[in-house]
Amino acid sequence: MLKKTLTLAAMAVIGFGGAAQARDQIRIVGSSTVFPFATAVAETFGKTTAFKTPVVESTGSGGGLKLFCSGIGDQYPDIANASRRIKPSEVERCAGNGIKDIVEVKIGYDGIVLANSRKAVALNLSLRDVFLALAKDVPAADGKTTPNSYVTWKDVNPTLPGIKIEVLGPPPTSGTRDAFVELAMEGGCKSFKWIKALKKSDKKAYKVLCHTIREDGAFIEAGENDNLIVQKLDANPKALGIFGYSFLDQNTDKVQGSVINGQEPTFENIAEGRYPISRPLYFYVKKAHVGRVAGIPEYIAEFTSKKAWGAEGYLADKGLIPMSGEERTEWRQKVKALVSLTM
Amino acid sequence: MVAISCGIVFLAILFSSITGKGLTAFQQTEIRLEVFFDEQAIDPQGSRDAAILGRADYQGLIKESLRRAFPGVKARRDKKELYRLASIGAGYQLRRMVMENPGLVGKSVTVWVLASDDVDMIAKGVIPVDARPEVRRLSDRQMEWVGTLRQSGRLETRFNTTLFTAGDSREPELAGVAAAAAGSLMAILVCLALSFPFGVMTAVYLEEFAPKNLWIGFVEVNINNLAAVPSIVFGLLGMAVFLNFFGLPRSAPLVGGLVLALMTLPTIIIAGRVALGAVPPSIREAALAVGASPVQAVFHHVLPLAMPGILTGAIIGMARALGETAPLIMIGMIAFVVDIPGNFTDPATALPAQIYLWADSPERAFESRTAAAIIILLVFLVFMNLLAIVLRRKFETRW
Repeated sequence: MLKKTLTLAAMAVIGFGGAAQARDQIRIVGSSTVFPFATAVAETFGKTTAFKTPVVESTGSGGGLKLFCSGIGDQYPDIANASRRIKPSEVERCAGNGIKDIVEVKIGYDGIVLANSRKAVALNLSLRDVFLALAKDVPAADGKTTPNSYVTWKDVNPTLPGIKIEVLGPPPTSGTRDAFVELAMEGGCKSFKWIKALKKSDKKAYKVLCHTIREDGAFIEAGENDNLIVQKLDANPKALGIFGYSFLDQNTDKVQGSVINGQEPTFENIAEGRYPISRPLYFYVKKAHVGRVAGIPEYIAEFTSKKAWGAEGYLADKGLIPMSGEERTEWRQKVKALVSLTM
Repeated sequence: MVAISCGIVFLAILFSSITGKGLTAFQQTEIRLEVFFDEQAIDPQGSRDAAILGRADYQGLIKESLRRAFPGVKARRDKKELYRLASIGAGYQLRRMVMENPGLVGKSVTVWVLASDDVDMIAKGVIPVDARPEVRRLSDRQMEWVGTLRQSGRLETRFNTTLFTAGDSREPELAGVAAAAAGSLMAILVCLALSFPFGVMTAVYLEEFAPKNLWIGFVEVNINNLAAVPSIVFGLLGMAVFLNFFGLPRSAPLVGGLVLALMTLPTIIIAGRVALGAVPPSIREAALAVGASPVQAVFHHVLPLAMPGILTGAIIGMARALGETAPLIMIGMIAFVVDIPGNFTDPATALPAQIYLWADSPERAFESRTAAAIIILLVFLVFMNLLAIVLRRKFETRW
């Protein structure tokens, strides 16, 4: 009996080895923020066309682009989702592996919200408050900085309630964190005149000051799972959480978004660019794989169709903030012609 | 004693919270609609060609039926709200019906279609009816319609078969564990086919035939160490060796099975050696005394007697492999897979990976589906462990 199993196993292994053949299914990797949107499009694409449903992996923007840029061939993904623009270093990496032509597709916007439990009062913050509460070093007297010693929100701004600063946010590997640091922290940081001047004279010092988050326990890295942050906020009404708008949209019974610079994090405010912390979302297509793997132009067409990314499309139902009509037309034309990315 | 009772209390809390949440996912709200399969809308030429039938706008038929069910709704905005009551899966449901039975075209049929996840949450009472509109995600008008449907018996919660027959989906009401279960099953089969024979052979060699020297000692220490290596390391190894070196496809259950086999191999070897060691030397000596060769003594007498113990070890190893996620991250099995995998190189995901993906989804209805998937996985595990106990009871020999 044992011998039989062994022979079977050996045969099986040989059989599988020979079964690897050319791919007829699109492979997508990348950002966990874009994941809900890419999967929704993939599913509709699979159900309404004769092509197989693409396989979508959630690897994070950086991890996805790394895989994407590894080379051309069946074992490498065709599309990478990103919650930030591709970096010049990543374009170089791609080029180094023979991927010269990348098509960039901007799909819409995502708002980053600072939310707390419905059991507590909603906060009315400015970007400067956010920066002062979360930066490692804060500006003191003219041109000097001191380590951040603010304990409560009231210390930051006397109009805010006297609750302890406790913010749950994503880890540095996350695209959400990158965007939060660039838009919220730097936005508040720039509101000091001398720091803005510093950007011109000493860019490095400016970046260190504006981009470094405090490490004394006021900012808690809560992992990539946004649902977990929502649950923790529900259990701890004093804490604030940082996550994408789609999670706020789906959990309005548990959490409420803070007002930032006088703007509530609503669909309309983010879509019209009034809400200050919003970022564009992208996906990148390997041009060399168009025609090699079936269905890529059709997938792009589905993603950029009005019923998907339009103002009333199904992606908007999933929490994507659509682009304006003109912007969409512009991108659709660019993408349809498969115009390569130039940095 | 205290430690055990603490353990039992926590286990009870865990199970009751999971079953409490998960049981609602085994039910799905459906709406009864009078659907007219309009020939003009589906197949105006009357060709009954599969391609034409497949392309028709079935969601439009659902909208039409909803409009007929609520004739008072006229304004564009209200109609839009009305359409939200039915799942976008309802259209696919009709499409499937027509594809299977083209004779339906031109007829009027009563169909139970899936309700949208928001309606589902209200109907099951997960979100209370008196919640504020932005919380319950349904407008006052929609609540009114849901009330009317329910009173006239056109809204019911029924057993959720989709959960067992469908692959993953972005719509909670269309999501199922079938693709993940198939992926898990294939990975486990590959894992069993590789790790069991190799594991048993290694155990027999090391226990019965290997000379006691430095080299064998070194091998033994390494096997014991391998059993304690964190599983993510096996995932990295799998990525480096199977994907990058051998060029096997990403997300394939074959690769998943290979990685899990590497992980379970030491467990099976160690369990096998213990079982072989427990067979009394008198059996061996008796066999040798009546003229059997050492190989015959082991394979005809010792190994069959040790088999129950080896099987128990193997099944427990398999159960552990079934619940493993970490090694699968690296080889891309944590993925959105809709199509149920048909062979060992198709992209697939696994049950624990599916749980992880659903736990990370923003839609509220996925919360109960996550718990339901956990229940399904637990049922699998309990079943495997039971099998191990039964096998041991049945074949165990006492000396």
